[in-house]
Amino acid sequence: MIRLSGLGLALVAVAACTPAAPPETHLDAPFERLQSGYDFLTPETQALQDDTFSNPGYLWVDRGAELFNTSDADAPSCASCHTTGLAGVAASYPAIDSDSGQLLNLEGRINTCRERHQHLPALDYESDALRALSAYIANQSHGLPLSVDISGAAATHYANGRDYFFTRRGQLNLSCHQCHDQNAGKRLRGDTISQGHGNGFPAYRLEWQTLGSLQRRIFDCDTGVRAEPLPLGSQTYIDLELYLSARANGLAMESPAIRR
Amino acid sequence: MRSACCSALLALLPLAGCGDTQTHLLPPGSIVNDTIPEPLTRIAGDAGAGADIFVSRDGGHCILCHQVDGLDAPFQGDVGPALTGVGSRLSPGQIRLRIVDYEVFRPGVLMPSYYRTHALYQVSDTNAGQPILPAQSVEDLVAYLSTLKD
Ligand code: HEC
Ligand code: HEC
Repeated sequence: MIRLSGLGLALVAVAACTPAAPPETHLDAPFERLQSGYDFLTPETQALQDDTFSNPGYLWVDRGAELFNTSDADAPSCASCHTTGLAGVAASYPAIDSDSGQLLNLEGRINTCRERHQHLPALDYESDALRALSAYIANQSHGLPLSVDISGAAATHYANGRDYFFTRRGQLNLSCHQCHDQNAGKRLRGDTISQGHGNGFPAYRLEWQTLGSLQRRIFDCDTGVRAEPLPLGSQTYIDLELYLSARANGLAMESPAIRR
Repeated sequence: MRSACCSALLALLPLAGCGDTQTHLLPPGSIVNDTIPEPLTRIAGDAGAGADIFVSRDGGHCILCHQVDGLDAPFQGDVGPALTGVGSRLSPGQIRLRIVDYEVFRPGVLMPSYYRTHALYQVSDTNAGQPILPAQSVEDLVAYLSTLKD
């Protein structure tokens, strides 16, 4: 029983807004070998991903191709600038935009092109058009190794993303690191915890019944530990995307992957 | 059900930024070595209710990480150790501390602290200031796990 007399002393308030402990500084690549989330899927789900006719992610790729090639009265199409396509580009994102010095993820790059070159408004995060375009562009890097650059201006973003990865948060007080580095391969109820790579995104998640961005996946992991998730598209999530990609550099791109 | 003492305590929470409430729920002196010898509530724990809380997604959902031989629930996790026979290994006071706040004696442990609101970060607005489980549920879990003997 809690004695009321103890209350006065028990109400010790410590500084809010700071993580409980400094982030751990363990190995950054704790794996003997990088393993895609694909390796943790059932053979049936793997087969669904591999079959480009049945994989529903390819409907988004097709829709994205249409949008890429469509021009409005006032705006040139994406294809009119990118005449030879964008093979390999997505594998190097997030990347620093040389004009603004900002770190952009693929969605941010698409929106920057719209505003800068097409004079069109930015698309909302998770809007149909933005998901379709990003799936189409990501798919052009299918099979290529992730290869993000974390030097120069990207270094501070990498450090910030890494910090987020190692910080325990939420009512359940868990970090990305604890699940995806320390417990990969173990079972969390019906799920097998993977190494937590973003190489399949945008991906079609069976739980969502639709295609979604890597940021939406991260949002779900934050929600899962009962943390207040960050808004989609926030800079910290983009920095985290950079850390995730750098941590998985070399792993083959799979978008549009199927995930549970 | 939350006992009167604890709702009073929750009402006294100071305002903290970021939706996190940094208040210690346990009075000083509750923890003795690696145990909390005294129950958190006046009402004795109910082992049957504890078994439900152990399994239920809205309860403790302990099977996310733990497995118990013979327990009727699909897909029990293996992130934590199996708890079969835990009542023979640990006393009720030891079990209570591990559920309330394992980090007290093992900093950095993976297992969440189910009856703690201090030193947490970025807690969602809907959960801020509240422990994962009310005190009575902790007692029900202690009663249930204490029945698991080798
Ligand atoms: C409580 C455990 C837990 C925590 C903490 C956690 N995740 Fe996850 N995460 C999972 C599970 C379970 C899945 C679904 C199975 C899988 O793919 O690993 C998942 C999936 C993912 C995926 C998709 C992997 C794929 O191949 O589709 C990414 C990326 C990811 N998590 C990143 C993160 C990041 C970043 C954080 C921290 C902000 C985080 N996770 C925190 C358990 C967790
Ligand atoms: C996110 C994972 C996770 C969840 C959820 C979880 N545990 Fe644990 N639990 C662990 C781990 C890991 C350990 C081992 C810690 C150690 O000894 O280092 C552990 C250890 C224990 C022990 C001590 C076992 C022994 O033999 O010493 C008890 C008792 C226990 N957990 C009960 C519970 C109860 C009850 C719940 C739910 C209310 C729960 N756990 C939820 C991960 C978890």
